[in-house]
Formats: sequence, C-alpha cells, structure tokens
Amino acid sequence: MMKMLVPLAAVIVLIIIALAGVEAAGMQALFGIAIPYIALIVFVVGMIYRVMDWAKSPVPFKIPTTCGQQQSLPWIKQGKIENPSTCFHTFIRMALEVFLFRSLFRNLKTEMKDGKVVYGSDKWLWLFALIFHYSFLVVLLRHIRFFVLEVPFVIEIIEALDSFFQVGVPLLYITGVSLLAGALFLFIRRIAIPQVRYISLPADYFPLFMIIAIAITGILMRYFIKVDVVAVKNLTIGLVTFNPTVPEGIGSIFYVHLFLVCVLFAYFPFSKLVHMGGVFLSPTRNLANDSRMVRHINPWNYPVHVHTYEEYEDEFRDKMKKAGIPVEKE
Amino acid sequence: MAKFTKKPNELIADIEYSKTPPTDWMDTPVEFKEHTFCWGAKGKNLEIVGFPNARDWSPVEEDWKLPQDWENIVMEGIKDRLSKYRSFKLFMDICVRCGACADKCHFYIGSGDPKNMPVLRAELFRSIYRRYFTAPGRVFGRLAGARDLTLQVLKEWWYYFYQCTECRRCSVFCPYGIDTAEITMMVRELTNLLGLNTDWISGPVANCYMKGNHLGLEPHTIKSSIEFFLDDIETITGIRIEPSFNRKGAEVLFVTPSGDLFADPGTYTAMGYLMLFHEIGLDYTWSTYASEGGNFGFFTSNEMAKRLNAKIYAEAKRLGVKWILGGECGHMWRVINQYMDTWNGPADFLEVPKSPITGTVFENAKSTKMVHITEFTADLIRNGKIKLDPSRNDNIILTYHDSCNTARGMGLLEEPRYVIRHVCNHFYEMPEDTIREKTFCCGSGTGLNAGENMELRMRGGLPRAMAVRYVKERYGVNMLANVCAIDRATLSTLMDYYNKGVRVTGVHELVGNALIMKGEKQRETNLRGEPLPNIQQKEGA
Repeated sequence: MMKMLVPLAAVIVLIIIALAGVEAAGMQALFGIAIPYIALIVFVVGMIYRVMDWAKSPVPFKIPTTCGQQQSLPWIKQGKIENPSTCFHTFIRMALEVFLFRSLFRNLKTEMKDGKVVYGSDKWLWLFALIFHYSFLVVLLRHIRFFVLEVPFVIEIIEALDSFFQVGVPLLYITGVSLLAGALFLFIRRIAIPQVRYISLPADYFPLFMIIAIAITGILMRYFIKVDVVAVKNLTIGLVTFNPTVPEGIGSIFYVHLFLVCVLFAYFPFSKLVHMGGVFLSPTRNLANDSRMVRHINPWNYPVHVHTYEEYEDEFRDKMKKAGIPVEKE
Repeated sequence: MAKFTKKPNELIADIEYSKTPPTDWMDTPVEFKEHTFCWGAKGKNLEIVGFPNARDWSPVEEDWKLPQDWENIVMEGIKDRLSKYRSFKLFMDICVRCGACADKCHFYIGSGDPKNMPVLRAELFRSIYRRYFTAPGRVFGRLAGARDLTLQVLKEWWYYFYQCTECRRCSVFCPYGIDTAEITMMVRELTNLLGLNTDWISGPVANCYMKGNHLGLEPHTIKSSIEFFLDDIETITGIRIEPSFNRKGAEVLFVTPSGDLFADPGTYTAMGYLMLFHEIGLDYTWSTYASEGGNFGFFTSNEMAKRLNAKIYAEAKRLGVKWILGGECGHMWRVINQYMDTWNGPADFLEVPKSPITGTVFENAKSTKMVHITEFTADLIRNGKIKLDPSRNDNIILTYHDSCNTARGMGLLEEPRYVIRHVCNHFYEMPEDTIREKTFCCGSGTGLNAGENMELRMRGGLPRAMAVRYVKERYGVNMLANVCAIDRATLSTLMDYYNKGVRVTGVHELVGNALIMKGEKQRETNLRGEPLPNIQQKEGA
C-alpha cells in the first residue's frame, strides 16, 4: 500500500507546489520559464547520456532470441522476421517490435484449472499498451502547435483525425481520452492482478500517476476550466524563440499542467521510462542470427588457460596405446 | 536427508498463482527447502580449474566460508561485468515490470513462488544494482527499489539463480527482449568469484577440463563404451562397424555430448549415429580429447565455458579434419551458434562444410564450420541417400520436445521434425504454446539435473509434463523425442514421475531403427532389444 501512497502523495505535493508557487508566491517566471528550460535540458542531456552509455558498452556475443526457424538448408523455410539472418530482416523485426509491440502481442495467460495448466491468449496488455503509447505520441505531436507560429499541415491533419467524431466545443480529441484510459488501465491492471501488484515498485506507480494527472489537467484546461490560449501561446513561443515572457492572465491550472510535464521530463532519464531509448539497443532483438556464418568479434576477448592435448596425452598415453588409440609421442 | 516422496498431485496442489506472500518480497527471507537446491561445490573440483575460495562447503550450513571481503569482490565483479556486457547493463535499466514474463517461467508455473517470476528473479539482483550503481537508488534507497547487499541477499541469489535454467522463454515474451538467462549468467559468475558453484556443475567442469568430457570417461573407456554399442549393433543388424578414434586426416570430426556414451536412452542415440555414419561411408573420427559437446562451463562463467570449448577447434586442427559435425545436444548448440566462433575462432584452418554424400554446402555454417546432425541427416533424406523403413518404429506414437537452446538460441525447429517424419509414422505435436519458440524447459537444464534437487526438477518440468500428458491422453503418445542429452536423461525421470509409460528417445535412435543398411540381416529387434512391431504382427498372424 505504501508503494502506491508515497508516489500518489508525491504527485499531490507537486500539484500543490505549482499552485502555491503561482497563486500565493507569484512565481510565474519560475514555473513558466526557468523550470521548463531546466527540465528540457535535464531530459535531453540525460537521455543522450543514458543512450550513449548503453551504446558504448560492448556487445561481446551475438545473442538474439530466436523465435522462428533459422536459416538452414535452402528448402527449409526460414522465419525471416522472427529469426532474421540479414540486416534488412533484423530491421523489420525491430520495426515490428518498436511500432507494434510484437513480443507483447504473443502474451499468454497461464492458469491452473482442475490440476491442469492451461494457456490462453491474453492481448489486453498489448492493446492498452499500444493505445497508451500512441495516444501519448499524438498528444505530444498536437502540442507542436504551441511552439510554432504557423501550424504545419501535418499537425492539422493529425488534429483533424484526432477530432474525427466532431463532438463538443471545442472538438473532443480522442487521444486525450484514450491516453487517460490507457494509463488508468495500466494502473488498474497493476493493482488488480496479485502477481503484478507484488512486483510493483513506487517507481512503477509514480509515472502512471504523473501521466494521469497531466492528462486530467490537460482535459480540464481544454474543456472545462478554460485558460487564455493566446496568452499560453505567447509564453510557449517566447520559450522557443529564447525571448521568454510571462503573459498576464494564464490560469493556474496551466502552470500545474506545465510543472507536472516538466517534472516528468526531468524524471525521465533517471527512471524506467528510459525503455523508450533502450528498446532500440536490446541485443536479443537487434542482432541477426548469423553467428555461424559471420564471426562476431568480442572486443575484450582474451586468451584463457586451457588443458592442451599434449597435457592430456601425457596423462593418458599408456592407456591410449594399450587401447590402440593413436598418440603423438610414442 | 529424507527421500523425495511427494506425489505429483500433492505437488500440483501446492500451486496457487494468485496467492502472494503476506510480506513484501524484500521482507520475505529465502528459505532453503529440502529437495529444491543442489549441494555445494567440492574444493578439489574448484582447485582443478583454478577457481577462487576452493573449499568444501554446504548451502544448508549457516557459515558459507566466504572470503573476508566478499562484498568488495561482488561489487568489483558487478562493475566489471557492467562494463563488458551491454545486455547486462541495459537489462538492469529498462524493465518496466509489466509482468508479461511472470507466468512464462516453468519454475514459476511449477511452484507458484513469486521469486520465480522472471521479473522478480531479476529484481533480486536489480535491487542491489540500484543501491550501488544508480543515483536514485543511492539517494532514495528502498523507495527507489534498492536494498543493501547482505549475506541473506547473497544466499537468496544463490538459491534463485540456481533455479533458473537460462531457457530464455521469458525473453520471447518481453517487449524489450530482456533475457533472464543473461542475468542468471552474470549472477552465477559472481557466485563463482566466491567459490559458490554447485557440486553437480563443478564436478563435470573439472572432469571436462582434465579428461575432455563431463563424465570423466578416460580415452580407453570411451573406446570400450562405443565397442559395447558395436556389439549390440552387430547382434541386431549382423553388421560389424569399425569407427576410428583420434584419427588424423579424417574428413570430419564428430563431437557429441558424453552423456550419450554412458546411459540409456542416450546410448541408443549414439548407436544411431554409428549406424548412419557407417551406412553412408562417412570418413570421420571420434575424439577422446574433444569428447564433449556439452559445456557445463557455460553454467559457470564465460571464461570457463571458453576454456572447455577451446578443445573442439584445437582437436579439429590437430587432426587436420575439414569440418566438424555435432551431435544432438541442447545448450551445446547455443554455445556453438552464438559463442564458439567468437571465443575460439576464426576456424580458418577448416573448410566450409560440404556433405561428401550429397555435395550440399552448409552455407549457414560457413564461419563456424560446424554442422548440426539433424541438418546433415535431413539433407541426406532430402537427397534420397539413405533407405528408411519407418514402419520399424510403428510401435511408437511420438511427440517432439524442442530444447530451449536449439529453439530460442538457434532456431533449429524444422530439421529434426523433417527427420522424424521420415523415420516415424505416428507423430503428434504438443499444443502450440508449448513447442517451438514457446517450448518449455525439461526443468533440469543449466546443471540442475542432480538428484538432491528432485522436487525443484519436477516442479520445473511440470509444464512440459502436462503438455506431454495432453498428447498422451489424446493420441496415445508413448514416446517423447528430443535432440538433447540432458533431455534424454531428465525427461525420462520426469515422465516416470508424471506420465508413466511415456519413454524418451533421441531423434537418431529413431533413425537407427528405420535405417535399412546394406547387407544387414532381417532385423528382429529395435536398438533397445525389443521385438520390432512388424515381427510382432507376423508372429500374431
């Protein structure tokens, strides 16, 4: 229970800090300018550092997890994507992994029924993970409108598609709701399945609570507690043009939203959220299964002590001769 | 220690997946339950290979006779490995604990112990990594999922990382491909820095180092074991085979796990090899020095694995063969596919393997120069180079168990099935979630095939046994084929426990039975000395 309450309390405290900061202390400049810059720097530098740190560590062995038939005799059909032996097919495998969560799609549920172990298909995690991540992506892309003077055509298309149902004023964005739904599913799953609850750490709840809070404040701002969008855009454009200003009259909810986003970004490189970068580097997925065809080099391969044939023959020469096994030295 | 007497249904009755312990896993101390762990390594075996802290010790005693500064040794060991393996570093950092792996582990399925969920097994180590190697762990401690390294933690590692068979099934399902096998290998390396191997691994390692094979068979014993098989083959077929040993100038060096020379039913597989090679007139030799295909060093440390593996190329070079043919073994083939060439290559003194019988060039082995026996045999069958009478195996209703390592560390799936379909008329697959890349471990891999940990083995083997039971009840399956020496030994025990009446065979035993040899007499028995089915029918008629 504490594992869940501490991160929940942390998110509430963050919200209070933002509210108190802008409402009581009038620190709009801190929350609107300084913290976003710091958060962005921490995020960018942190992620580059993390990815570089992984990337520069050696890959001594070629260890793909093979999930299909190897390249073998020409008449045996290879599982080229599940067990790739070329760069191209490895690329496809990675693309499926990154864009469609291929491995998660395999998920099974193991149950014990009447003393028998049974396996059933279980695609819910896959489905909601996909909804969650893609919604997040689209929401992020939609926010580009705040950082450019002319909204790019692509973003307008995304927005048009996202408001496909044409309900409400302003038009309802599907991804805003689906992001929240995805995050809530992941949270409920985490507490509802005993095994998953048992393995969960505060670091698993914290980002979920953060994202839920960010989505809720965003939705509130768009549909319920309106903020002055023109003023917000002045602030964001000021940030990207390095000419920051704090326009008057932006509601506090905006600063809460922004502060939570900043904390999430700054937290990113130090947390499990680095899986975003790490997935590209996973040696069990991004290597071809061609290590019988092409020698893979281990940069730190070093000579080792071996028991040589000569030593072996010295020990067993008499027995070998008696048994009629050829020897080097008579 | 009392004998392991629990019945299968008692064992299954213990399992309840949705029940988790009342205390958090960090507050649940490890309990060394009888029949679930192996004995500690003997000092003399560690000395033979020059391992540190060589002494006799017992896991059940309070004092593990550790070096004074064991914590430092562990810390330095972790640091060293983090700088050497991207897999290790990355797998420490990117797990999101989604739990997709949780119910994929055979030890978890068979025990319900949450620390056997791959994610939690990894967390046992990750918590220490966070505490000493990450900023949040140093600052926030337990709140960041970190904990101090204590003797209790070390014991917990030892218990649970010698309870993972490095089968990689979890890694198939992980959205980031996190492979618990990598983590287990690293933690096992760390335990070996403290002299904490098991007896069942360190004994074979010492044997293999000095005598060339895990069983410690000396050169003359290898020869005489094989001569026993030759006598049996002569009795059955009327043909006297004369293989060669350590012969220079042979075209092919044949390397197979030593288990096949020693105990049933592996011995019948070895007879199958001998008969096949004789029939096609293969110019090959056995070696008494490189007399082990398997590699228990692989369950110890990278360095030890490399030291044992080195013999194969060294012997191929000394004998001047052209290429190497490898027998049926599971982890042996992960080592050959993913490690051997990197460790001990380049094998530029060998030629790209080419079957002298069919002329087929094995392009997929053009660098390692080592071909799997089922690749070789499948090619022979495809080209019509051997005559087979599958009806000699008509008493067999067969299913096939993919070994973890050949499935998930290589992808050898169709070759054995192709061979099987040509030597056996009654073949049924187990449910698809339990075969191929989703195959279940025998429960006794990575050197866990000892006697003292029988409950652990039977728990780990439960998912495999259940899948066999399914085809047994449905199709009357009475034989379980595989291409692994450890499987042949351990699945026999597993079947006796859960599925009485199902026996275990290597693929090349079936080949040996079906193979029609030039000049053979009318066979009356199979390689096990049992009457052939068609003979039975004739007698009945």
